[in-house]
Amino acid sequence: MSTRLSCGGRLIDRRAPRDFSFNGKKMRGFLGDTLASALLANDQMLVGRSFKYHRPRGIVAAGPEEPNALVGLGVGSRFEPNQRVTTTELFQGLTATSQNHWPSLEYDVGVVNNYAARFLPGGFYYKTFIHPRFAWKHVFEPIIRRSAGLGKAPIDRDADRYEQAYDFADVLVIGGGVAGLQAALVAGRSGARVLVLEQTAHWGGRAPVDEAEIGGLTADEWIRNAVEALEGMQNVTLRLRTMGAGVYDHGYVLAEERIADHTPADGRPRKRLWRIRAAKVIAAQGAIERPLSFAGNDVPGVMLAGSVRDFVVNHAVAPGDRTVVVTNNDDAYRTAILLVEAGLSVPVVLDARAAADGELPRRARAMGIRVETGRGIASVKGGKRVTGVAVCAQAGQGAVLETIACDSVAMSGGWSPIVHLWSHCGGKLIWDEVNAHFRPDPDRPPTGQDGQGIVVTAGSASGALTTDAVLRDATNAAGGTDAPEAAVPQEAPVAAIWVMPQGAGPELRAKMWLDYQNDVKVSDVQLAAREGYTSVEHTKRYTTLGMATDQGKLSNINGLAVLSQALSIDIPQVGTTTFRPPYTPVTLGALAGEARDDIFQPLRRTPMHEWHEAHDVEWEPVGLWRRPYCYRRPGETSHQAVMREVSNTRTNVGLLDASTLGKIIVKGPDAGKFLDMLYTGMMSTLPVGKCRYGLMCNEQGFLSDDGVVARIDEETWLCHTTSGGADRIHAWMEDWLQCEWWDWQVFTANVTEQYAQVAVVGPNARKLLEKLGGMDVSKETLPFMQWQDGTLGGFRARVYRISFSGELSYEIAVPANEGRAFWDACVAVGAELGAMPYGTECLHVMRAEKGFIMIGDETDGTVIPQDLNLGWAISKKKADYLGKRGQERAFLASPDRWKLVGLETLDGSVLEDGAYAPAEGLNANGQRNTQGRVTSTYFSPTLGRGIAMGLVLRGPDRMGEVVEFTKLDGSLAKAKIVDQVFYDKEGAKQDV
Amino acid sequence: MLILECPHCGIRAEETELAPGGEAHLKRFGPGSSDQEFEDYMFARKNPKGVHFERWRHAYGCGKWFIAARCTATLEVFGTYPAQTAAPPQHIIDAVKTRRPGWEGYK
Amino acid sequence: MLFEGFAKVADAGPVGMVTLRAKPGAALDAALGTVPGHRQIAGNVAWMSPDEYLIFVPYADVAAKITELDTALAGAHHLAVDVSDSRAVFDITGPKAADVLSKLMPVDFRTLREGEIRRSRAGQVAAAVWRHEGGYRLFCFRSVARYVFGLLSHSAQPGSEI
Ligand SMILES: [Zn+2]
Repeated sequence: MSTRLSCGGRLIDRRAPRDFSFNGKKMRGFLGDTLASALLANDQMLVGRSFKYHRPRGIVAAGPEEPNALVGLGVGSRFEPNQRVTTTELFQGLTATSQNHWPSLEYDVGVVNNYAARFLPGGFYYKTFIHPRFAWKHVFEPIIRRSAGLGKAPIDRDADRYEQAYDFADVLVIGGGVAGLQAALVAGRSGARVLVLEQTAHWGGRAPVDEAEIGGLTADEWIRNAVEALEGMQNVTLRLRTMGAGVYDHGYVLAEERIADHTPADGRPRKRLWRIRAAKVIAAQGAIERPLSFAGNDVPGVMLAGSVRDFVVNHAVAPGDRTVVVTNNDDAYRTAILLVEAGLSVPVVLDARAAADGELPRRARAMGIRVETGRGIASVKGGKRVTGVAVCAQAGQGAVLETIACDSVAMSGGWSPIVHLWSHCGGKLIWDEVNAHFRPDPDRPPTGQDGQGIVVTAGSASGALTTDAVLRDATNAAGGTDAPEAAVPQEAPVAAIWVMPQGAGPELRAKMWLDYQNDVKVSDVQLAAREGYTSVEHTKRYTTLGMATDQGKLSNINGLAVLSQALSIDIPQVGTTTFRPPYTPVTLGALAGEARDDIFQPLRRTPMHEWHEAHDVEWEPVGLWRRPYCYRRPGETSHQAVMREVSNTRTNVGLLDASTLGKIIVKGPDAGKFLDMLYTGMMSTLPVGKCRYGLMCNEQGFLSDDGVVARIDEETWLCHTTSGGADRIHAWMEDWLQCEWWDWQVFTANVTEQYAQVAVVGPNARKLLEKLGGMDVSKETLPFMQWQDGTLGGFRARVYRISFSGELSYEIAVPANEGRAFWDACVAVGAELGAMPYGTECLHVMRAEKGFIMIGDETDGTVIPQDLNLGWAISKKKADYLGKRGQERAFLASPDRWKLVGLETLDGSVLEDGAYAPAEGLNANGQRNTQGRVTSTYFSPTLGRGIAMGLVLRGPDRMGEVVEFTKLDGSLAKAKIVDQVFYDKEGAKQDV
Repeated sequence: MLILECPHCGIRAEETELAPGGEAHLKRFGPGSSDQEFEDYMFARKNPKGVHFERWRHAYGCGKWFIAARCTATLEVFGTYPAQTAAPPQHIIDAVKTRRPGWEGYK
Repeated sequence: MLFEGFAKVADAGPVGMVTLRAKPGAALDAALGTVPGHRQIAGNVAWMSPDEYLIFVPYADVAAKITELDTALAGAHHLAVDVSDSRAVFDITGPKAADVLSKLMPVDFRTLREGEIRRSRAGQVAAAVWRHEGGYRLFCFRSVARYVFGLLSHSAQPGSEI
């Protein structure tokens, strides 16, 4: 069984017990425990079921590489699935539940998959679910959805707060082991601005576990001194619990800080995503131990040898009473020695190498530990827990020489540098024959802005596997020369053992796990190779090797080594799959940061926003603006409200918040010339005091925006844009002024938000303004399409006589700070004139009744003004304007265009929005030909019937013809092609 | 995520502060141009693996357009310069040639 | 709008602001007195771009200031407009004020000097910030004032100190 040892545990505080629960079972650990060490201390080795076969799984590792022990943490609004117990700090009241089993962890139905394992080989999903087609939706998917999948998504709203923050560094050190600390010391002393990130809650990494001695001090002492020295440097910042997730272009690094994971609901944000810009990144993340591939290497109780040491030294937890050590290197002997020193039993060390004569094996033998060389494990005995191992010769096919009883196995297949951060942005790897691992190739680093290397690795992340080499490498990485000395035992080289035993047959190979989380075995990779998957990237996807949440931290090298053997090519030729960020999963909450609820996105509000809110407004999003769609009165539907608003505006007077209209000032000696290029019409000739409707096209000739332009003075124009278009059109203007006509003397300013704008629309509009008083707004003084500055009701106002409704209409701009008061004044004086506010839908109905186009309805990026019968707004005299050449292209100049017409249903009904008019025959793709499309369609309360506009092939030439339009129910609606102006064709009502 | 130094205000802006504007140094063809000229102006864009000149606007900053010379494969930036020019200035050409001796020029 | 967390976030109320667009030269020197260097604030004038300045005046004095500029720059190509109402202005004060901003803007506040103005973005919208003796002042467009205030107060929550 796994137990807490009576003494030791450098990270735990035995005076601070912590109660927690696992699957409802009450347990106790200590402050400083990880959930993994606390579970082991309570003899809870079985922690989950595997993804595909639902095999019982235990804790394998002690760090972020852990593939099996994922649990759901917390409850309700603080529940989080897929949390690794090895990186979860224990706290009072922690609640954990295991995943991927039904009905319980001990008795799981899905385990039948295990007995059917030979029917679920690599590529099984691809092969099985492709035929018959219907079966996927009705048979396979529902079953898979119920039985597969890791943690469950949380149901409740997340109760926690998340945030992001930016930081900048000359040198960013990722990893706070002795390599990272040494690199930080060197960089810090040079005066550079240094930021050091460590993913765990403590500094120093694994050096203290391996009892390293640095500069005559114990590792713990050296670490304490180093951290103290760094804390004393103004130019150095240290952050614990912060995981370097990814390195991106130009030194951009993302890191996730776990602020309150271990102190829930203490008022702090749970996590913070750091966005760091570093001139140089020192990746000092260390190395990960590889498992060995022997049959039953996934039985709970089989662990990485180094992780066993971590648990013993850091948390005083022994994973077993009798531990068999199996290895291909000297390092694992440290585990055997440590366990025996702790009073535990190590019945044998099985060393796959022919000889073991290094300092550590000699020490082990001297302690009386039995060492067998040339031996391996034929199979592990036990189901939910190791009960023993069958020993065989490594060189053979697995004939059992002896069976040894034990309750845990410590395995070591050698160490691989963590190359993720090096690789994220293009750093290349080199195969190291001696250490049998890929390590960063210092000659091919990821490069930054200046083309120079931007990441260097330090310590075991570079492939340095002994403390002295680690410190030397880290010192060099930071540009230093004086590395502290470390006393280390001499180690013999690792042997490249990828399958144990070497001649294992199919039976054994089908039980050797490579990827624990995704249940990929040696036999699966070999099958993929036989079936022709020679590329490592294809094999990965076919077998799902390395595609689980641990991203193959343990399985990567072993998997491609097996593939290389199966293909009979060298490992470097097989290469590795791509390492992608994040290094370990980042919580979605941290990625979202502050962007939720009220500040999910920047809603733009007009100065009258609160008034609308207080008057039962229904909002319409227009870009990021919120505009009133309509104002519902008690008992009204939205449609009824819109109908009322139209009728009232046409008979009395309506008020529209038009503040969102874009307003751009264009000024300068060349402003007229510039606007003549920008608009299809002539703006330079517009007299001061007058307004003119204008169209803007892109260079292809397609209509992109429209609005009324007012000439303010000799050198100044004010251009109105559509509500969503102000920023885009302002940028468009600046683009041409800066990049094409930079010698023209024109300045622009986007003053959209400086003004609140109110449209006063309807037969009583003039009376309303007269009641406000202060300006002569008579037809004579302020005729249609003119503007004037003045004072209205005491407000500084600019009054435009323009109309988008066909009614007598004024648009009044006042300073935004006075917008709400001006609106209130309009509402107040308008009361006895029947004034009502109206929204965008009423505006739409009225403009459609008048046949006015709307950018985005009648246009979609493929429509030119000529298609919309707007030729009158295109100057024939101008040699050039933006879009003119584009419009001359044959397909746009052709008479066979879809052109704008009005549409009247024969039965008075409303056509469906976007409905197509089918035509005879099929097109080249076998689809029904079409001859037109509805672009705007409304019920007109003014006419008491449905009205629409649409683009129809040669439409204006087909007046009176009846065309059919599709309906969602499959039937067709008959509509007559008519003039697009349905109301007041002469324009008499607006010009009074 | 790129960092480009805005030559107008001197800020080393990150990509989220910038707006991209596509290939730089296009010559505009308006009325009177041939179909081929107009088509090239509108649609024919270089897509080199290597040295490329492209327009950026310091949109969340000084609002000015500039041109960046960079390598599309390695993201190395050879330099940035104001957009008010029809061709890259000599010091940019020199900077590119120093780093990419085999480069054949921007045309 | 006021929020007191680990730093204080306060709406600065109406601030008179005039955007002046003009190219550097003798006329501009004469009109402004001191023309600030790149990204600097000199007196009440902030450098916004090579041909754009922002001039701070009491809210009531804006019209007079524009008239004054138009007079001083008569004959020189320029544009002076009132932008006071189009902006919202917030003061962020307290010893850790920079931490509030560091969460929202891709700006290195440790190198932002007093009297330096930085145009960038806060969260998802454009914003400019500068450092003065008493803290930081940030302005953004008025339509997103509530959003930016929401950002600032979220970032200044007690317990969120960096
Ligand atoms: Zn700039």
